[in-house]
Amino acid sequence: MSVYPYIVVAWLLGVGLYGVISSRNYIHLIMCLTVMQASTYVLLLAIGYRTGAKAPIFADIPEHSRVVDPIVQALTLTDVVVEATVVALLLALAVQAHKRYGTTDPDAMVRMRE
Amino acid sequence: MTRPRMIIGCLAVLVLVGGFAWGATGLHPFGTGHSRYGNHLAHSTVPQRAATNSVVVTAFDYRAFDTVGEEFILFISVVGVVVLLRAIRGDADDRPEDELVPEQRRISEASRWLGAALVGPLTVLAAYVVVHGQLTPGGGFQGGVILMAGLAAIFLGGEYLLLLRLRRSATVPQLADAGGAAGFVMIGFGGLIGTGVFLQNFLPNGSQGSLLSGGMIPLANISVGIEVAGALLMVLSELLDQRLLGSQ
Repeated sequence: MSVYPYIVVAWLLGVGLYGVISSRNYIHLIMCLTVMQASTYVLLLAIGYRTGAKAPIFADIPEHSRVVDPIVQALTLTDVVVEATVVALLLALAVQAHKRYGTTDPDAMVRMRE
Repeated sequence: MTRPRMIIGCLAVLVLVGGFAWGATGLHPFGTGHSRYGNHLAHSTVPQRAATNSVVVTAFDYRAFDTVGEEFILFISVVGVVVLLRAIRGDADDRPEDELVPEQRRISEASRWLGAALVGPLTVLAAYVVVHGQLTPGGGFQGGVILMAGLAAIFLGGEYLLLLRLRRSATVPQLADAGGAAGFVMIGFGGLIGTGVFLQNFLPNGSQGSLLSGGMIPLANISVGIEVAGALLMVLSELLDQRLLGSQ
């Protein structure tokens, strides 16, 4: 039980990286990158988790309850925002590349430049 | 797959597997995490700030400087998207509007009605999530995305013309984006003037559980919410332009 979340992290990172390496389409490649990014959310939240603890929001729990770590949750929020902006920028680059080379296959693009 | 890509990929996998295995040896078992700093922050939000959501208090008060950096990452990448996509558009921008919108008639009545019906509730929900950030789960980033979803409902309803006009006038989302980013920094300067420390809380804490608790946190949430919605709207309308130009 104590290692399963970390195995999920490794799995997400692994399949995402495999997708990035083997992808034949930029849009697909960017989606694979988001899968890799998802592993960091799972890792951050898994690190902050404490068995039996509640969410660190004191609206309806007593002030001295045992709660999970709020810092990693704030970091996850930052992570999500940065991922969204990186994806937007990469998609814009993919549009630009398609206009220029007429393809979204990274390998075909390399061949065209040779 | 080309050879250079394969070689670089294999190198990356080796480094990653090694680094991950090395890093995993230092991890505590799941569920036993205990960070003194985290614990301290979680239990000092209510006495120090009268705000109940310690995640938002961490992001917008104790570690507000990090959030300023995050906000400017968002701002700059939106500028990057706009620059990249406008470089392609060029002269096509000058064509009359009805030439640019050939698909509008193909949208079904049902999706037009659904789009129109969703705009109001989504906007209200967004405002609710933003202003309750310091009390319950939510905050500026989440609320901004929901506000953007309300505007995307206009798009789903097939009202391309409306969005296109918004993009052409361009001032509304740009002002929202820039104003939201500037607003957060202004709040930081408020701290500098009020307490002598940048981004230090300078407003009264209010009473726990009320909308005006948490000092500057509600203001920061509102400015971030406006910025996120403006930024996403700019990205959406630029990508929409690509779609409309592509269909010619």
